[in-house]
Amino acid sequence: MPTIRIPTLLRPAVGGVARVEAEGATIGEVLAGAAALHPEFGDLVFESDGSLKRFLAVFLGGRDVRHLRGLDTPVPPGAEIIILPAAAGGAR
Amino acid sequence: MNDYHDLVRRAKEQITEVTAAELAARRNAPPVLVDVREAYEAATGIIPGAHLAPRGVLEKAMPQIAPDTSTEVVLYCTVGNRSALAALVLAQMGYTAVASLAGGIAHWRVNGYPIEMPAGAGDTDARYARHLALPEIGRAGQQRLGESRVLVVGAGGLGSPAALYLAAAGVGTLGIVDYDVIDVSNLQRQVLHDTARIGSLKVDSAAATLSALNPWVAVETHAIRLEASNVAEIASGYDVVVDGTDSFPARYLLNDAALNLRIPVVHGSVVRFEGQLMVVDPYRGPCYRCVFPVPPPPELSPSCAEAGVLGAIPGVIGSLQAVEAVKLLLGIGETLAGRLLVFDGLAGQIDVFSTARDPGCEACADPDRPPVLVDYDEACRPVR
Ligand SMILES: [Zn+2]
Repeated sequence: MPTIRIPTLLRPAVGGVARVEAEGATIGEVLAGAAALHPEFGDLVFESDGSLKRFLAVFLGGRDVRHLRGLDTPVPPGAEIIILPAAAGGAR
Repeated sequence: MNDYHDLVRRAKEQITEVTAAELAARRNAPPVLVDVREAYEAATGIIPGAHLAPRGVLEKAMPQIAPDTSTEVVLYCTVGNRSALAALVLAQMGYTAVASLAGGIAHWRVNGYPIEMPAGAGDTDARYARHLALPEIGRAGQQRLGESRVLVVGAGGLGSPAALYLAAAGVGTLGIVDYDVIDVSNLQRQVLHDTARIGSLKVDSAAATLSALNPWVAVETHAIRLEASNVAEIASGYDVVVDGTDSFPARYLLNDAALNLRIPVVHGSVVRFEGQLMVVDPYRGPCYRCVFPVPPPPELSPSCAEAGVLGAIPGVIGSLQAVEAVKLLLGIGETLAGRLLVFDGLAGQIDVFSTARDPGCEACADPDRPPVLVDYDEACRPVR
């Protein structure tokens, strides 16, 4: 089953864990699978029209899925998906 | 108010000036010569035999240089203004035979009189020995670093290690941008500053620390908030920009400016135990907006003040920013252009993801139409 790695700021939406396992053969299906387990997570990653939120970068196999096939990108079994919002902190 | 030029004009009425020709004629019985410029200026060459005493330390240094106040002393700087002001101070100290070199070392040079390198400047080989041992840097690379100009935006958690390592590396000119003053809560990670300087401007503290580390580096301070109206003027003329800002509006603005000026930017950011790093090589690789077209909502993008940060995390990311800046300056290695490095300190993991230019990017899609510079609000919408 594919795994989604969750950065600390997004963990409250998945009950505080660092990884979520979910079924699915594409990025969209795996994220939807995780959303079925954690509804807050669905609100976090999906727009109301089902597209991916623009502030999130999603990586599979070290590559940005926007430059693969987006939510339709096939996910091999056991693959790790990383979702990432930009961070702003630095100076103060 | 009497401005600088008024002060200089009046000082020159009260002091004695000597010309370059008069000073050169004293070759066999020279007066005590004192160069009052900063070390990085003196590093470009001094009048043979001159003592180095930048204006900030002149009064303290004079008793060692000339214990007898009747000693004949000639002060000089670049063009003869600072040395005129310094001559007044020496008169106040009781020196009775002080003069200032009219036209400074600039006149001395154009008249073809001899120049020598100051003693400390000869420490270059020793100071940079570990760089000279690297085939990728060597003498040519070190020379290039010395001629390079890097702008560090934010003298905070990221800018501190980045600026320290770049100064130590011998980057010739470091610009530092920060409008803020030092707060005690900064000291947990902002290693440019110290407890005694709480309340001082961060750029002044940065200049003091960096000059002490490497006096041959020129530090240009910009105690100002970056805005659409000033970012191009401040950043132009630098070879690389290091982004150590603390907000998305500042990051997007810096990205837009870099695209306009075609200056590479090394972006870094941190929160809690995590850090991110990417290089924007304008129009050759993805820009910041190609990777993060919009910022997260505020609840998902807390500042370090709200969410906390382990002090050593910006230490790691800021140091990596210095590595990337040196690579860009020297054209060595594979920069992180087109890649996003993510450090998870708690997990003990570093990942590097490849990114790509977005053909529909609002900022960099068309090289012939760089983004108009506008200020952004917290959601990074243009402020009209
Ligand atoms: Zn772009």
